Amino acid sequence: MYDVEAIYEAKTVEEAIKLRQEHPKAVIIAGGSDVLIKIREGKLAGCELISIYGIDSIRGIRMEDDGTLRIGSLTSFSHITRNELIQKYINVLGEAVDKVGGPQIRAIGTIGGNTCNGVTSADSASTLMAWEAIIELTGPNGVRRVPIEKFYLGAGKVDIQPGEIQTGVLITKDSYENCKGHYIKYGMRNAMEIATTGCSVNVRLSPDKKVVERLRIGYGVAAPVPIRAHKTEAAFNGASVSMETANGIAKTVLEDVNPRDSWRASKSMRLHLCSVMAKRAFIEAVKLSGGEI
Amino acid sequence: MIIGKSYTRVDAYDKATGRTKYTEDLCDKHALVAKIKHSNVAHAIVKSVDISEAEKIPGVVKVLTCFDAPEYLFPTAGHPWSTEESHQDICDRNVLTKHVRYYGDDVAAVVAEDEVAAKRAIEAIKVEYEVLPFVLDVQEAMKDGAPQIHEKYKNNVLAHTQIHKGNYEEAIKEPGLIKIDKWYNTQTVQHCHIENFICYAWEEGGRIHVTSSTQIPHVTRRCVAQALGVDWGRVRVVKPYIGGGFGNKQDALYEPLCAWLTTQVGGRLVKLDCQREETFANNRVRHAIRYHFISWVKPDGTLVARKVECFSNQGAYASHGHAICAKGLGSFPQLYPCENFEGDGWTVFTNRQVGGAMRGYGMPQATFAIEAHTEDICTELGLDPIAYRRKTVMPVGYVDAFSKNELYSDTFNQCLDAGMKYIDFERKREAYKNQTGDIRRGIGVSLLWYNTAVWPIALETSSCRMVMNQDGSIQLQVGETEIGQGADTAFSQMAAETLGIPFEKVHIVSCQDTDVTPFGTGAYASRQTYAAGMGIRGCAEAFKAHILDVAYRYTRMQSYLMDIVDGNIIRKTDGRVLMTLGELALTVLYDREHNEHLTMEKTAQLKTNAYSFGCCFAEVEVDIPMCQVKLLNIINVHDAGTLINPALAEAQVHGGMSMGIGYGLSEKMLYDAKTGKLLNGNLLDYKLSTMMDHPHLEAQFVENPEPTSAYGTKGLGEPPVNPVASAIRNAILNATGVAFDELPMRPHLLYEKFSQAGFFQD
Repeated sequence: MYDVEAIYEAKTVEEAIKLRQEHPKAVIIAGGSDVLIKIREGKLAGCELISIYGIDSIRGIRMEDDGTLRIGSLTSFSHITRNELIQKYINVLGEAVDKVGGPQIRAIGTIGGNTCNGVTSADSASTLMAWEAIIELTGPNGVRRVPIEKFYLGAGKVDIQPGEIQTGVLITKDSYENCKGHYIKYGMRNAMEIATTGCSVNVRLSPDKKVVERLRIGYGVAAPVPIRAHKTEAAFNGASVSMETANGIAKTVLEDVNPRDSWRASKSMRLHLCSVMAKRAFIEAVKLSGGEI
Repeated sequence: MIIGKSYTRVDAYDKATGRTKYTEDLCDKHALVAKIKHSNVAHAIVKSVDISEAEKIPGVVKVLTCFDAPEYLFPTAGHPWSTEESHQDICDRNVLTKHVRYYGDDVAAVVAEDEVAAKRAIEAIKVEYEVLPFVLDVQEAMKDGAPQIHEKYKNNVLAHTQIHKGNYEEAIKEPGLIKIDKWYNTQTVQHCHIENFICYAWEEGGRIHVTSSTQIPHVTRRCVAQALGVDWGRVRVVKPYIGGGFGNKQDALYEPLCAWLTTQVGGRLVKLDCQREETFANNRVRHAIRYHFISWVKPDGTLVARKVECFSNQGAYASHGHAICAKGLGSFPQLYPCENFEGDGWTVFTNRQVGGAMRGYGMPQATFAIEAHTEDICTELGLDPIAYRRKTVMPVGYVDAFSKNELYSDTFNQCLDAGMKYIDFERKREAYKNQTGDIRRGIGVSLLWYNTAVWPIALETSSCRMVMNQDGSIQLQVGETEIGQGADTAFSQMAAETLGIPFEKVHIVSCQDTDVTPFGTGAYASRQTYAAGMGIRGCAEAFKAHILDVAYRYTRMQSYLMDIVDGNIIRKTDGRVLMTLGELALTVLYDREHNEHLTMEKTAQLKTNAYSFGCCFAEVEVDIPMCQVKLLNIINVHDAGTLINPALAEAQVHGGMSMGIGYGLSEKMLYDAKTGKLLNGNLLDYKLSTMMDHPHLEAQFVENPEPTSAYGTKGLGEPPVNPVASAIRNAILNATGVAFDELPMRPHLLYEKFSQAGFFQD
């Protein structure tokens, strides 16, 4: 039995915005796989809820006219993994969200919830960071688009203004074209797991597969929010496709990441893993792109 | 033959279709809900409890505190009662406590109309504590000046036992001996049965009725009566189907509290349903035991003298107490006999949650220690680990002086042979020599020692009742309980076999109700087929003899000329079917001259016990930079004697192996050193292994029938978990050269040890 004071259900984005304005303290609930846990723990006990789960217009994946890949915020993890557009253009995202929890959670959990929850361990987050996703928010003043790196404000805090809901996650054509990536989730077991740390690397190689034209690295649980490894990217954009580059990346990422000590894992261990994972994910991304190391 | 056939479980279809009713399904939906106020300090005296705000919350029926609770102290261990006071379990609990002894101890309770009101009231209760210093480490707790947890126990030592054999001090003087001195640490883990603990209680007819998810209904009845200070007969305990127990439910958990709560609300129905977090933080756990081994060996490995110290972290209350530590200690000089042995076992109170029974009862800990140590001896001396074990292990014909258990067959060699063949041991051992690189493979072995039942430490008894229906089928009742392991199916096969009726004609009464079920002590140890087997066989043989006596009236044949085969009364001399059992049962029940209801009830007291042995082989791949172990292959080989139901036996081994994998690689309860609070008491942060972490689990058997057993069986419930962690440990040692002397071998520990080993230096 959950301690919920009231629940308001929206069928359209407009209804949701109206409910948000009428009940500013109410918590938005989509699949519920995070919110219900918080209610049960007592953190949100006695709260009011606005359910957006019935808004079908923001569910599903499609290609827009300019080639932007639009993932509706209510799209479940299992639907993302099985979607043909995802598999064709950004397969790593489908693989990453397939590592969330177990089959039941992946059927109920949504990509919107995963990002709006604002946690650094979200399995979609490091990949969305590494692919420079754009978060679409719709509110009383219309649509707002925010680069994902700016969307995360702090641990558990994201840039959703009063009256707004998240309506989509967008990947531009420039981001996914000629680009392949790999995600490594580091967990203590192979299922039903929260990431100890996660690393998503993607590359665009030169036509001859000898040069890394563009390198992007995203991390989860390497800082209070998901991060990009900007220093490393800057240092190795244009580098040769080689083991030397892979080793260089492994070293340089230590300047980008800032994991913390906790009982879940020590800082020292996380730093070590961040380095190993970057190297391995880079090598894998190169292989997926047809390069050889 | 019905024994030895893989019949489908008697409860399979109901369980698979969701028809089976568990405690929560049976509880009336209008039941009042009880919630417990757990302490947020590890050691304290409760000064006062302010319930004024809690009482105001709508829906709250009653708020009770440790100052309202009865003063009766009671024990919780699922052991048979002893009429000798010195052998009785320690009474150190009240239903609510004024002396908080661990973080989460029970200081107050709320009874409310629903869960939300109860939870809100719990939050509103304010407790004032006089906070005391606390101690979490077992050896710290033994020091002078450590916080005193129970008044009567100096240095917090609940019990200390010793084993002396030969003359250790003299023996170690022999020149040329090699001393191997090592410590081994095991962690605290939880059972993680699917169904959390739950019970409900009400008063009716001047008695207290409790329905509970328990393994031990008859024992629980006594514990509830002790806690409430009432006659045992005034309490009734009913045990429906349960979703696993693994020993956690071999303890009176919250039945005494729930039973008391109903008496405080006019006998209204009160349900107490543990949350998963409470199952973790406030039920029982497996004892963390620390071992110190000193072995003195000749260069060829011959064991000349050995000294072992065991430090068992009991936690806040006695529960099963020293029995767990003592079992492991007792096994060491048996598994590897040694002329000069000195052993000390201490069970020590600490301000941690309570150690109780858990599958293996001290042996997963002890097996890890002894089999790691045995491997360390082999590594140190450069000996072949298989040959060394074959040479030093308990020999055929060995008899333990205390239990009179005997090793009748060449079990260890047979099990080792089977395991080596399956896993291709020799070839892989050779192939894995001198590896370099980031990813390395290894293979390891572990033996296991086990005792089937509890004689002569405690009473062993099992009662059985058979009631015949008009169609020749029977209801079968025993006090031993189905807890998911398949006992009901095995019991039905035994009854059908001995009585001579088809398996389908046995209707087992799965539910135990202390008002109607014949006395039995429940499901624990690995005693179900051994102990209940004797009750069932004794009852079935007496019943058959009686039925044949009755059949004489209708067949005119002397009873010794007849038998019951496949549900028919036959004449043995020519095999002719004289009448069906159904015809006999119907005729005699409605016979206007000699009416009789065919029933039989017998109690078997056991004065024997049986060894149950086996081994495990594990093959691993270690990813050194990633600090991860992948289990590639694993096999358990057991000699459990005659298998009643091979498919169920295999399933039992699979479950134990899974538990052993988690124990070895991932499971550990973490406690905050600053507060004593359990940090990871949920199924996300506590890393129970999943299907995705298991390779194929191979279970094989060597069947040497146990001569003392009614059906040739010996224990199989617990043994499968015991050798797994040590086999994996020895495989990692083989792969990397790094000896892990601590459990679990999770990535954190691998990172630490691999760093120390210099694997991460550039």
